[in-house]
Amino acid sequence: MARIVQTSKPLSVNPLRVSQPMGAALAFLGLSRSLPLEHGAQGCTAFSKVFFTRHFREPIPLQTTALDMASTVLGSDERLQEGLATVIDGHHPEVVGLITTGLVEMQGADIRRVLRSFHAERCESASVVAVNTPDTLGGLESGYALAVEAIIEALVPDSVVPAAQRARQVNLLAGSMLTPADVEAIREWIEGFGLQAVILPDLADSLDGHLTPQGYTTLTTGGTTRQEIAAMGRSALTLVIGDSLGRAADLLQARTGVPDLRLPGLTALADCDAFVQALADVSGRPVPARILRQREQLLDAMVDSYVPVGGTRIAIGADADQLVAIGRFLDDVGARLVAAVSPCRSAALEALNIKEVMIGDFEDLEERARETSAQLLIGNSHALQSAERLGIPLLRAGFPQYDHYGAAARLWVGYRGARQLLFELANLFAPRGAGIAPYHSPLRQDFDGAAAPSARSITA
Amino acid sequence: MNQTEIQNLLDEPACTHNTAGKTGCSRSRPGATQGGCAFDGAQIAILPIADAAHIVHGPIGCAGSSWDLRGSNSSGPQLYRLGMTTELSDVDVIMGRGEKKLFHAIRRAVERYQPQAVFVYGTCVPAMQGDDIEAVARDASQRWGVPVIPVDGAGFYGTKSLGNRIAGETLYRHVIGTREPAPLPQGAVGHGITVHDVNLIGEYNIAGEFWRVAPLFDELGLRILCTLSGDARFREVQTMHRAEANMVVCSKAMLNVARHLREDYGTPFFEGSFYGIADTSQALRDFAKAIGDPSLSVRTELLILREENRARAALEPWRERLAGKRALIFSGGVKSWSVVSALQDLGVEVIATGTEKSTEEDRARIRELMGPNARMIDDNDQSALIATCIESGADILIAGGRYLYAALKARLAFLDINHERDFGYAGYGGFVELARQLALAVHSPVWQRVRQEPRWVRASTRAALLEEA
Repeated sequence: MARIVQTSKPLSVNPLRVSQPMGAALAFLGLSRSLPLEHGAQGCTAFSKVFFTRHFREPIPLQTTALDMASTVLGSDERLQEGLATVIDGHHPEVVGLITTGLVEMQGADIRRVLRSFHAERCESASVVAVNTPDTLGGLESGYALAVEAIIEALVPDSVVPAAQRARQVNLLAGSMLTPADVEAIREWIEGFGLQAVILPDLADSLDGHLTPQGYTTLTTGGTTRQEIAAMGRSALTLVIGDSLGRAADLLQARTGVPDLRLPGLTALADCDAFVQALADVSGRPVPARILRQREQLLDAMVDSYVPVGGTRIAIGADADQLVAIGRFLDDVGARLVAAVSPCRSAALEALNIKEVMIGDFEDLEERARETSAQLLIGNSHALQSAERLGIPLLRAGFPQYDHYGAAARLWVGYRGARQLLFELANLFAPRGAGIAPYHSPLRQDFDGAAAPSARSITA
Repeated sequence: MNQTEIQNLLDEPACTHNTAGKTGCSRSRPGATQGGCAFDGAQIAILPIADAAHIVHGPIGCAGSSWDLRGSNSSGPQLYRLGMTTELSDVDVIMGRGEKKLFHAIRRAVERYQPQAVFVYGTCVPAMQGDDIEAVARDASQRWGVPVIPVDGAGFYGTKSLGNRIAGETLYRHVIGTREPAPLPQGAVGHGITVHDVNLIGEYNIAGEFWRVAPLFDELGLRILCTLSGDARFREVQTMHRAEANMVVCSKAMLNVARHLREDYGTPFFEGSFYGIADTSQALRDFAKAIGDPSLSVRTELLILREENRARAALEPWRERLAGKRALIFSGGVKSWSVVSALQDLGVEVIATGTEKSTEEDRARIRELMGPNARMIDDNDQSALIATCIESGADILIAGGRYLYAALKARLAFLDINHERDFGYAGYGGFVELARQLALAVHSPVWQRVRQEPRWVRASTRAALLEEA
């Protein structure tokens, strides 16, 4: 049971936190034919766009209402209406994710009123999903979760009449820590039981990085469709990965009555086991042999690598869900979480197997990693300079990873993802030489010195 | 090497167990044998001599799968880590080109790497062929002006133990006694301390573990002329005959070297180990006793007192975590008893020990440590060993690397104590490391995790069984 402490310093150095609007934009990027529109100054969007472009190495559809001085002082409603009309007329999206920023929240912009009048004036093909995400609060994870909640609110109908059940359909609410490769693997996992998955949002379909015949498009090239989202009420089960999606899951359940299973992550053995059990139960089918095999492969990897990994000291700076998911896995393999820093407060952090979790930045993490003699840092690319100063390796996780290829293709979940992670840890810690420094005895014979006697001849 | 020579090597007179009842080492049984051959044993014993070139004369099977695998560390030259072989082909064999190839291989090694010496290891194929590696070595040595030492230990001569002895015999015949020690460096030791020269025989500096012990020798004024053969240099081996006392570290492996030195130079020797606090202290005491310098004895006792206190303090947290744990040890030779005593030091209950390569004397020591009813496992059958482990409720199996994965498959905690291991356990500090590794192994959450069976796993397993039936 971890105590959560807030850093008390007046200056944030090397921030770990990524803004809420960025998290919201990420969620919208997992919808089909979608275009996130940030309501704020244009810099916010430019930063977001560069941030995600460098991380995913993909073009990122993202627009801005680009407030100027006049609209900042006199009100931004017109600017918003104009922006909405422009993106809808220009790109014909299915969904526009309307994301607020600190600027318009400060201003007191009432985006919902603007949307009502906008819809009254125009009969729209596009759904505009609005979400309030001031960057004065929360972070990427909470912004993403708020957007998922807003999507459910806007696009999942209230099923007063029990919807026609689709016994073989399940929902998956995918947390922000999941990479496109993770989501893809989870889909295959679910389909292995003869089930269809509605994944919200589906970054595997949109940001997995694939060349299409159409080439460049201004909207997302894949993702969850509106129709699929509308049909979530018909599913037999909702699987929720990540504690941050708790409120979104509450809403979905209230709307649809579909029972759910909520897991803090999908890397730890117990989490994977529970996930498989739920799929076996809902499908009524036996567990596919290859899943059992993958589990056995992971167990073998655990016994094979417990020597280098056991007792190692690891420092993590990450959003709460990711920190918890990795932390639970470290407990499985006997590695010790010795320093944990997260950008935002979350009750989920209390479950970590460490005395204290700090809400802070990479400076805090570096300090704690040094104090606790951590041997490995886990964090986004910004943690590299800390790792270099500490003289320990960095395992990249989270956003952004701009100095590294394949962040989106990296698998963290399931028995296979866990095994890959475990091998990577084992290789980082493999103890060649085990740190015993060569000893040079001052008494050692020196034959090349001046007084050395010559050898007698060797007789073979 | 002919049959009589091999028989003589097997019949080591210094072995106390070598009495009328049982003569020499037992032979391997077809279909039920594990462990290396004579070539392996010979190479393992000599290879750590760091500034020599080691050429394996044979087809790729001999060197190809064995080079640079051992964790014997050098503080200087790394030449020994290069895998050199004549890589005999079928054409070489048919045309009888082995000797010529070897001659040129030696030239190449000498020209390119300037070794202090070249060791040439014979293997089965050239031995069958009748290659005279002694003659090639002699000619090459004269021609290229570098000592070339033939090691005639073809695999079919026998086991790894025999190979160790062949190595010792070879070094004694060709190398030891061919050079006088270098003078002591000025001001290397404190005032009033007489420096005594000693050797360690059968110490391989696995994972650099001897570096934990070596500073103690310096402090006591014991100059190690040569460690045979961990972190050794060729010229050090040449001077071994001038030591005042020898310690045989790894059981009987190269006991013959110590025996020859006693017979020919009157150098006393004793057997011991650096595993565990008690053994390490005993080894230092035995040196003082063999040398007979009263000042050394006093300084040794003071050093032991200091080091033991330090080690016991460092062990305290681990002792707590290990108390009452049950271990099964399966390692041949000296480790079968030296590790027993080390673990008993820690409060670990040793429920059985392996005696695969152990001699009668090793067994006697085991009985001394574990009582007359000590459970000894002779069978080197992995399945039987694992079954014993499970049946006896052992918390951990301590054995050589080749048992590692068999144990892990059986979901048993495991500690590797053989030559491939990654951690050094020698000396006082090494024992603390051993305790740490033991505690980590026994307390790893992995064991509990791999025994967990969620409902669906039980269902799948049952379904699979039904299908089979």
